[in-house]
Amino acid sequence: MRLLPLIASAIVTTALVFTLNIQLKIGNAKAPRLGYFLSPQHGFWKNAEKIDANFDASIVANELLGNVDVYVDDRLVPHIYADHDQDAYFVQGYLHAKFRLWQMDFETRVASGRLSEIAGADKLPIDRMFRRLGMVYGAEKTEANINETNPNMKATVDAYTAGVNAYIKQLDPADLPFEFKLMNYAPEDWTPKKTYLFLMFMSYDLTGRSSSVDLQRTNTRDYLGYDLFDKLYTNHQDSLDPIIPKGTVYEKPSIVPVKPLNADSAYLHKVNSVAFNTVDMPEAPDKNNGSNNWAVAGSKTKSGRPILSSDPHLGLNLPSLWYEMQITTPTHSTYGASFPGSPAVIIGFNDSLAWGVTNAGRDVFDYYEIKFKDTTENEYWFNGAWKATTKRKEVIKVKDSLDVVEEIAMTHWGPTMFDAHYQNTQSNGRNLAVQWTALTASTGVETFYLLNRAKNYDDYLHAISLWTCPGQNFVLATKSGDIAIKQQGSFVARWERQGDFIMPGEDTSFQWQGIIPTNENPMIKNPERGFVSSANQKSTDASYPYYLGAASAFPLYRGISVNMHLNKMFQITAEDMQKLQTDNYNVFAATARPALMKYIQLDNLSSDAKRMVTEMTNWDLYNSLNAKGITCFKIIWDSLEQAVWGDELAGSAIPLLKPEAYVLLDQMLKDTNWSIADDIRTKDKVEDLKTQVTLGVEKATEKLLALEKENKLEWALFKATRVLHLTKTPALSRMDLPIGGGVNIINATKENHGPSWRMVVHLTDEIEAYGLYPGGQSGNPGSPYYDTFVNYWAEGKYYRLLFLSKEKLKQSERKKWHMQFQKTNS
Amino acid sequence: MKFIISILLSGLLTYAVGIYGDLPWWSFVITNLLIAVAIPQKPLMAFAAGAIGVGLLWAALALSIDMANNHILSTKVATILPLNGSYSSLIIVNALLGAILGGLASLTGSFVRARKGA
Repeated sequence: MRLLPLIASAIVTTALVFTLNIQLKIGNAKAPRLGYFLSPQHGFWKNAEKIDANFDASIVANELLGNVDVYVDDRLVPHIYADHDQDAYFVQGYLHAKFRLWQMDFETRVASGRLSEIAGADKLPIDRMFRRLGMVYGAEKTEANINETNPNMKATVDAYTAGVNAYIKQLDPADLPFEFKLMNYAPEDWTPKKTYLFLMFMSYDLTGRSSSVDLQRTNTRDYLGYDLFDKLYTNHQDSLDPIIPKGTVYEKPSIVPVKPLNADSAYLHKVNSVAFNTVDMPEAPDKNNGSNNWAVAGSKTKSGRPILSSDPHLGLNLPSLWYEMQITTPTHSTYGASFPGSPAVIIGFNDSLAWGVTNAGRDVFDYYEIKFKDTTENEYWFNGAWKATTKRKEVIKVKDSLDVVEEIAMTHWGPTMFDAHYQNTQSNGRNLAVQWTALTASTGVETFYLLNRAKNYDDYLHAISLWTCPGQNFVLATKSGDIAIKQQGSFVARWERQGDFIMPGEDTSFQWQGIIPTNENPMIKNPERGFVSSANQKSTDASYPYYLGAASAFPLYRGISVNMHLNKMFQITAEDMQKLQTDNYNVFAATARPALMKYIQLDNLSSDAKRMVTEMTNWDLYNSLNAKGITCFKIIWDSLEQAVWGDELAGSAIPLLKPEAYVLLDQMLKDTNWSIADDIRTKDKVEDLKTQVTLGVEKATEKLLALEKENKLEWALFKATRVLHLTKTPALSRMDLPIGGGVNIINATKENHGPSWRMVVHLTDEIEAYGLYPGGQSGNPGSPYYDTFVNYWAEGKYYRLLFLSKEKLKQSERKKWHMQFQKTNS
Repeated sequence: MKFIISILLSGLLTYAVGIYGDLPWWSFVITNLLIAVAIPQKPLMAFAAGAIGVGLLWAALALSIDMANNHILSTKVATILPLNGSYSSLIIVNALLGAILGGLASLTGSFVRARKGA
């Protein structure tokens, strides 16, 4: 009798449950399964951590060899005390997973081209790009190499993996990290391969920019012709202050790379009638991935002991790339920033020494043009014969859709990045194979494993000699008083401009002629000037016998700034080094502003333009957060570049490179009658720099007035620095931070990029160390420890790092919690 | 009395099946339905009891979690969803959702008994 209402009610209830149990589409994004997401016992509420949460824990794990004590301090930094090295890495894996599991999953998904699997077909272009670049291939090679040749590193990575998985295994589904619930998927087991994938991503981030830039550069050369190209994209940097001081004498090189006889006609001056690529790559690493590091000797410090500083500049993200920890075992005691996803400490110090890294920027990635016999891609032309390819299958799973299979023809150069199967918009129908040092089996994390244990300069030198990719400038300071810096990696012995453009791949003539032996890589130890430093500039002057790569990869000005300061500093303290890391002096503007003023004719300007120019001239040259002068300077300079380069480059619809700022600046300083300044679009008149500058200033004034209206003339408001959640969701990010700095500034804080970890280590008997990163130890957006350090970081402040023996730490007031790891229940 | 007992049972069982993370989030729909079958009430009363039972439980759980969390996560979620970043709106919407589902489940259950009794 009540059958109808029963059926009706049952249908409504079921339909509602069903609707709340699927991911509805809202705009372009997929909403979480709302019923699940909002259920207080299953969904996001479970991730809302108590603000006074207790992190004491007792964990039993059969994989352990002994017991491990972890003391967690007031900033949620764990201090691991283990009786066995392997146990320390097991616990490191466990803690990385406990606090950063989602990011570990997500970052390795990006690296291995598996985003489509969780986010759908929208992510296919990025996934396909990473697959074809050989990211998975490279990780597999590293894994095989370590498994075959390095039992100790295998055991280390295995222990780390077991630790991550021990955490995943005990994880209640209701306690999954927030983002898994938001995006509706679940974590899978960690594997050693994922660790190598993560490291591959770092190689991509720090050396993979060539994958995009080599195409743009080839386009630009084709568009302008080599002679004009060589002028506007000169490899000569007038004001270079290299890492290894000018005038250093280098040994005779053991490899003398020979430029092929036909290089001019077949390569440098070759102009492709059809542009190589017409659309940019779906993704490219940030141009400003770089860093500062330096060490000052005891001769320059107040204490007489060295001080080391290191601040890597990378994308600013939440959860942070970095996770702080101390690892203490009978073999070593180390503190610093680690990568969730990898064992050991990456930038840090131990009880004997401290180390830091900056990116070397050397070109280790090239494209070779390939001629396939036919569309099967089974054979390609090489040295006068058809050579067989092998095929690599990459299966991309796609959410709510069919799998996509990439069949990649592997050549002796490396994987075929572009061919008929992969968007020709980026290669315009040509076949390009990749040769990249990241794809030759590396030793993975062994360098860091050994640095964690290094006692002296010799140990450091041995540890870094194993490092292949991405090439880094490793800085060192020891308690015993040594300071050193060495640029290390697998660097190609190149002839001038080899690999700057796409190279012919039909025979051996353009191939790499060798990898520079480690002992010929640029290095310096205990120099007379009392400091060593690097800021991604060219490591050497032109007397170094090998070609470093196109100059656009080497920013000039931060290095000048660092060395200028260090040269005149004495009686240095750790606090002075903190001040230097957060210094906002704009050395580029210091040169460029007077050069600009030479060309500005105030009388010819409108009253608004005059006001903006005055704002710029009254500016103190510091990119401080409320300075308006820097905003005026930046907009005026950008407009000038637009006026000068615009005509040469504007006619092209294909991706081109913009000339570096120093090219224009050097010209302005040297030569007022510069033909490039003329706008070739106006046939009836000749513009000189003076007219172009005036034009630039007027154009800039329009923009500046608009900014003034929005109240965005102050530098920090204009720049709007943000630390973005990895999904770019604003609600999970920290937006509009009050911080100065910028490009060319030691405090290299841009919009979403900058000092991702700041560290200063004073090598006194009891090490005095300071540091922080713009994030927090917990990756959980529902934790008070999610973004704890962000405000402090923006203010340029530091935390004193707690680096103590187990007994001392137990007594420390800053010790808050105790996590016990035991082999069996006792 | 039936009404009060239904409410209490509904809240209690919803909480109980929610403890097991492996059970689906909508398990309380089943328990509410069973309660309404076991304790016959007029459809409207059954709906109200189910709605109040689940709604109050969800409100109480969300509220207590949110207080202990200082609204850190609820503010973020209320921005994503989008509820203008208002954690109180989020808790109300959240509780209403539980209430509607719980009520509908109990309503369905009440019709089962009504059919038998007729």
